[in-house]
Amino acid sequence: MATMSLPVEQRVRKIQPLTIRITHWVNALAMFIMIGSGWRIFNDSPLFPFIFDPDFTLGGDVYVSQRLWQDSGMGGALQWHFAGMWLLVLNGLVYFVYNLATGRFAMKLLPVTVNGLVDDIRDALTLKLSHADLGVYNHVQKLLYIGVLALGVLVVLSGLAIWKPVQLWWLTDLFYGFQGARWVHFLCMSGFVLFLIVHLTLAILVPRTILSMITGNAPPAHAANQKE
Amino acid sequence: MRSPTSSLHRPAKPVDQSILEENRKLVERVERRGFLRGAMSLGALTLLTGCDVTNKDGVQSVLRAMSAWNDRVQAFIFSPTRLAREYPASMVMRPPRWNAFYGREMVKDIDPSTWKLELAGMIGDKRPWALRDIHALPEVTQRTRHVCVEGWDYIGEWTGVPLKLFLERIGADMTAKYVGFKCIDGYSGSIDMASALHPQTQLTTKYGGEVLHKDFGFPIRLRVATKLGFKSPKQIVAMEVTNSYPGGYWENRRYNWFSGI
Repeated sequence: MATMSLPVEQRVRKIQPLTIRITHWVNALAMFIMIGSGWRIFNDSPLFPFIFDPDFTLGGDVYVSQRLWQDSGMGGALQWHFAGMWLLVLNGLVYFVYNLATGRFAMKLLPVTVNGLVDDIRDALTLKLSHADLGVYNHVQKLLYIGVLALGVLVVLSGLAIWKPVQLWWLTDLFYGFQGARWVHFLCMSGFVLFLIVHLTLAILVPRTILSMITGNAPPAHAANQKE
Repeated sequence: MRSPTSSLHRPAKPVDQSILEENRKLVERVERRGFLRGAMSLGALTLLTGCDVTNKDGVQSVLRAMSAWNDRVQAFIFSPTRLAREYPASMVMRPPRWNAFYGREMVKDIDPSTWKLELAGMIGDKRPWALRDIHALPEVTQRTRHVCVEGWDYIGEWTGVPLKLFLERIGADMTAKYVGFKCIDGYSGSIDMASALHPQTQLTTKYGGEVLHKDFGFPIRLRVATKLGFKSPKQIVAMEVTNSYPGGYWENRRYNWFSGI
């Protein structure tokens, strides 16, 4: 790396610990699997008159499935979904336990204040929002991350409620029944997709954030700017 | 080549080899499609499973192993005593929602005077049962939620003999692993013994207080309140108690076997 030639005091510092980086990318894969297969499962009995383009769903080739098994491709999608759920949940557990045990949640995501939000939104609209320190989140970021973590918990709980409405009947009741749980599960997915649009757009606008999620390093803004 | 004796539990003809040639073409087609699709993210990964027609693909074997693992987890989660919730008669859907792997006009008529339930496997008394003898057995009624793997559901009212009682009556080995069913339309299914012995698992003869319509399983169907709808085969003609995994129509098409709810 170019930064290795810099004097020690200007060298990068780690802002993304290894555990965070690994769980981030495993989660990216898990989300890809769950959303892709979830879309095809949705298509078999849509909640409203809309289906996802089968070519953008996961679970094997739909046309092969139809010819071999007279199946809509649902069988493969279910296999992916019920395999991917283990990846999502186990990885999520590692992530939550790590962040709670190290106090990283409180350090990174708190506090979020109304004044802070107003200031950051104003700065963003006037293009004055600072990205100098990738290790510090602004209030809008904090709120978004807290929101998407809450969605993560909710999507797993609503998923369990759909999976086991008899054995976990109390959980299904919590979501106002089987169809209620399906709606919550769907809305969580919609929330993830909206988050992803913002998340990916911002990552592309400030590419060194992607680099830091791979290396863990926070390159000094000026060093990074030279590379951009 | 020896000719096997005829049995409802054995395929009538050997496996159709022509499907291998057909698959080869399909795989080639899949790969061509892949180049066209290029880096189209979701599409690209779909191809991995598209290759599963060869049954050699690594991804597919991982998915199968995970599905088998999920069978074990669900057997662990399953409570033999927890009952599915019962609902008031006013919520029962009449007629129920129809579903099958073929069109409704193709549902077969069954003559109740000649229909018999064949029995096979680990059963003491394998004499076939006539419908009137099944009707003479004690009946229970349940109003429970039918949940389809597709995502829809309804409340139904099913009446029939508890499967546990029937298994006792025929001297079935209750330590066996599976109870398998075959249907007149080629459909088949199997459930674990623990679910077979659940109080809400029944051989159903009536829906909504009336004799089952053929569309919904006449003369008898299985009703398992603790499993997805496709685990309750309709128009049953044979039942088997066995330790060797019988599979099933959708199970053989990659749907999860246990499919408990």
